[in-house]
Amino acid sequence: MSTPVIQVRDLKTYFQTPKGVARAVDGISFEIPKGATFALVGESGCGKSVTALSLIQLVPEPAGYIAGGEILLNGREIVVLTEREKRGIRGNNISMIFQEPMTSLNPVFTIGDQIIETIKLHQKKTSAEAKALAMDIFGKVGLPDPEGLINEYPHRLSGGMRQRVMIAIALSCKPDLLIADEPTTALDVTIQDQIISLIREVKEATGTAVLLITHNLALVYRNAEAVGVMYAGKIVELTTTRDLFRNPMHPYTVKLLRSIPGGEKRGKALDTIPGTVPPATSYPAGCHFSGRCPREMEGCASIYPELAERAAGHKVACHLHDAEFMAGPSSKPLRHEPDSLAPLAAPYAQRKVLLDVKGLKTHYPIRKGLLKRVAGFVKAVDGIDLTVREGSTLALVGESGCGKTTAGKSIIQLLRPTEGEILFKGSDLARMDERQMKPFRSLIQIIFQDPYSSLNPRLMIKETIEEGIRSLKPGLGRAERERKITEVLERVGLTPEMMYRYPHEFSGGQRQRIGIARALAVDPEFIVCDEAVSALDVSVQAQILNLLKSIQRDFGLSFLFITHDLSVVEYIADEVAVMYDGKIVERNSTVEIFSNPSHDYTKKLLSAIPKIDPELAGLWRLPGR
Amino acid sequence: MPVILATDLIVYFLVAMTIYFVIRARSDGTVKAAWNELRRNRLAMVSMFFLALYLGVAVMDCVRWRDPVLDADREVSRSETSGAVIYSPQALSLLDRAASKIRLNTEKTYSSPFSDHLFTKESIEMPDGRAVRDYPGLKYPGSHWLGTDKVGNDVFFIALKGVRTGIVIGAGTTIIIVPFAIFFGVIAGYYGGFTDDIVQYIYTTLSSIPGVLLIVAFMLLFGSSGYQGGLLSHRETFLGFFVPNERLFWLCLILGITSWTDLCRLIRGETLKLRELEYVQASKAFGVTSPGIIYRHIVPNVMHLVLITFVLQFSGLVLAEAVLSYIGIGVGPEMGSWGNMINTARLELSREPVVWWNLFGSFLFMFALVLPANIFGDAVRDALDPRLRYR
Repeated sequence: MSTPVIQVRDLKTYFQTPKGVARAVDGISFEIPKGATFALVGESGCGKSVTALSLIQLVPEPAGYIAGGEILLNGREIVVLTEREKRGIRGNNISMIFQEPMTSLNPVFTIGDQIIETIKLHQKKTSAEAKALAMDIFGKVGLPDPEGLINEYPHRLSGGMRQRVMIAIALSCKPDLLIADEPTTALDVTIQDQIISLIREVKEATGTAVLLITHNLALVYRNAEAVGVMYAGKIVELTTTRDLFRNPMHPYTVKLLRSIPGGEKRGKALDTIPGTVPPATSYPAGCHFSGRCPREMEGCASIYPELAERAAGHKVACHLHDAEFMAGPSSKPLRHEPDSLAPLAAPYAQRKVLLDVKGLKTHYPIRKGLLKRVAGFVKAVDGIDLTVREGSTLALVGESGCGKTTAGKSIIQLLRPTEGEILFKGSDLARMDERQMKPFRSLIQIIFQDPYSSLNPRLMIKETIEEGIRSLKPGLGRAERERKITEVLERVGLTPEMMYRYPHEFSGGQRQRIGIARALAVDPEFIVCDEAVSALDVSVQAQILNLLKSIQRDFGLSFLFITHDLSVVEYIADEVAVMYDGKIVERNSTVEIFSNPSHDYTKKLLSAIPKIDPELAGLWRLPGR
Repeated sequence: MPVILATDLIVYFLVAMTIYFVIRARSDGTVKAAWNELRRNRLAMVSMFFLALYLGVAVMDCVRWRDPVLDADREVSRSETSGAVIYSPQALSLLDRAASKIRLNTEKTYSSPFSDHLFTKESIEMPDGRAVRDYPGLKYPGSHWLGTDKVGNDVFFIALKGVRTGIVIGAGTTIIIVPFAIFFGVIAGYYGGFTDDIVQYIYTTLSSIPGVLLIVAFMLLFGSSGYQGGLLSHRETFLGFFVPNERLFWLCLILGITSWTDLCRLIRGETLKLRELEYVQASKAFGVTSPGIIYRHIVPNVMHLVLITFVLQFSGLVLAEAVLSYIGIGVGPEMGSWGNMINTARLELSREPVVWWNLFGSFLFMFALVLPANIFGDAVRDALDPRLRYR
């Protein structure tokens, strides 16, 4: 076998922080052969991106540094090279594409300038030759009209097209290794599918090796040959993709796989991992997963499990697979979580209609000229009908820009709809002014997507939650308000003393819980969840979905679940409305939509979601004696 | 007999604010937490000491009264007609009186810092009648830390007098800028539409008029006959102890009016961003009124802009005073200001050998105010931000 394109041996990338040395990457080894795709998966904060930056030798200095190990590119050590030599490698031998296509291109240069610059930097070519090459690559990555495109500025292109341009630039010098750091996370599901297929095609056509970094396990399933599961700076499981999904051996991998929502898990709680990834400055001395592991043993926190081959071609770093350790005295179990999961939601039944939206239109005027005359309208929501029943969940699905968020905001009267009726318990919200609306405000609440911008950083949690109670339940005294806050915080799984903290002290999942607590504090009956779990890691997402389901059961709440993530929809929703370009194209029960979609757009959406074969889910069992 | 100038009120206001925050820091949670955070920052504490020193000097320079005129028998003179006590037209401040030694110890002309002789050679008549050309000795050798100026006044004292002027210009202008900028910036950004158009119209118009022109016109209209230090005329003592028509006050006013637009623009932009944020949307979903949202969510989150702009503008304002003094509409020479010192230094620097201490004095005093103000402003901003607070 020829030399692998890249070999990483015991790589350690550390950061100097005020709180001590952060071991972002703490000794990992893997290799990628020519023409293969290696996927690195794990939750955010596990060191995936730092690994990528280490490979391309762009660790932010001087805080970050490579503390040990070696990186061999085609058998040649690159850590020790001079900066000048490293520059020659970047772009030429190793290229990288990033998550955010909107910000990876410089807006003041044309697409052509940017790709030709890269080509001329690394290859001895004249401008004309470089241009010809650029157009050739544009054709290869499926960009229409290369001649026209070369003189375009980035803002004229959609997100998917920009990501194609990024791939074209990355490929322009025929790199040996292409690093794709969450290449599809910021894109819509249909475009996601196109981009990931493109990367696969390009790999097959050019024989370049690919390092795919993602948090989306379903994406890995069909698009990588080998996988490394990363947790807290370490690779905990390293094997072929086939093996990983048939026989996950590390408890973390099993937990991660089982927390992915999907249709087969309807009515059951999703598996979750308690707690959060430990900060890189304070890993446990032993297994980094100890403390969160459902099968933790006495010796786990103090003795580090080496990554060792426990089955053919299957490396795992876990004592449970180490016969010697299991025979020893440290293997006394500390915790033994049951393998089966509790049923959760009440079965769906036809209930009374709570919210009935008829012919809702929300148009934004486009103003032009000196006098700002209305020149036309953006028809963000253009006549939609929706029905939400008591105690059930309606999912509003669509890609970005289809108007689903505008629809949600119009329904709860954060935006004034242009036309239509919004009947909530028979009263038309669209005809109300702010004063008439006030009694309804406490019944209708909203939970937002971004756990970071949904809380005012300068207010304590108590003040944030209190704001709604003060405004909508002015009769309550100080002590009653405090009791209510305590109650909702406990309900969402936080402790009451957390009310005296500020938002930045919480993790993303905890903030989302606070957002839910804030909405619950005013006793709503209907909650709009605007992409409420989209920004979260899959294990945290599972926790929040479980929480939403359980509060729905306990309080008989109805949800309007606005999302682009169809696997979440399949898991949580009772009914689905598919939205496209301001209109609802299909409305039906979830089971019907997923088994028997009728509209073309729905079919396209469904076929684009990366899916793991449902029958594999039965194979995911926690390891044990 | 006490004399209060209009600008004294600005310094008193500053003192009142300081006391207010000290009291708040004892009870209020947010201010207390910020103070505890600030106290841990050693650099900020040193800066605060400097600022307190400056404020102390300014306050001393704001407490002033007129002494009765004494006649030859050292008796209080009285008016022949009404029998009322006649007061001196000169109001000396606490600072003047405390530093009377260096104030009154004047030399003949220039002398360099810590020198024992004059800066220029003169013909000195020796006891034996010979005339020798040499540097004459000083009356108070070694007592002038920053030397003396052309007419022999102590430069250190003049620079000390400049402290009040500097603080008044910096603080007074800010007191005018901040409410204007926050109010207009926030309502323009938050409400948008017609309100936004009006506010934008106002500040675009205002900033399209050349600032200096506007200031000159304004000063000629209102401030030309104002009190500018030195002796009080009958016109100024007309109201008794309060002197409203003071040039420095008008200067603050017009500098404030011409420079609130930049901050306003920044705040409007930030508000445009903030009003779309989800915590503002959540508040709206709770039916919180617009003023409530502005007070709780918008204003606290634009305060960092105010602090940064204030600190950056502070030195600019002191310099603006120098420019205006140069064209003759700034602070009068008898009031003492760093601007005037820089202005005098212009000619002194073209002499050979160079007379550098006027410039150096003003530089030293400005530096020791602006640098700590910068450091302290940064520290306050960080301390107010819960995200940066250590736990």
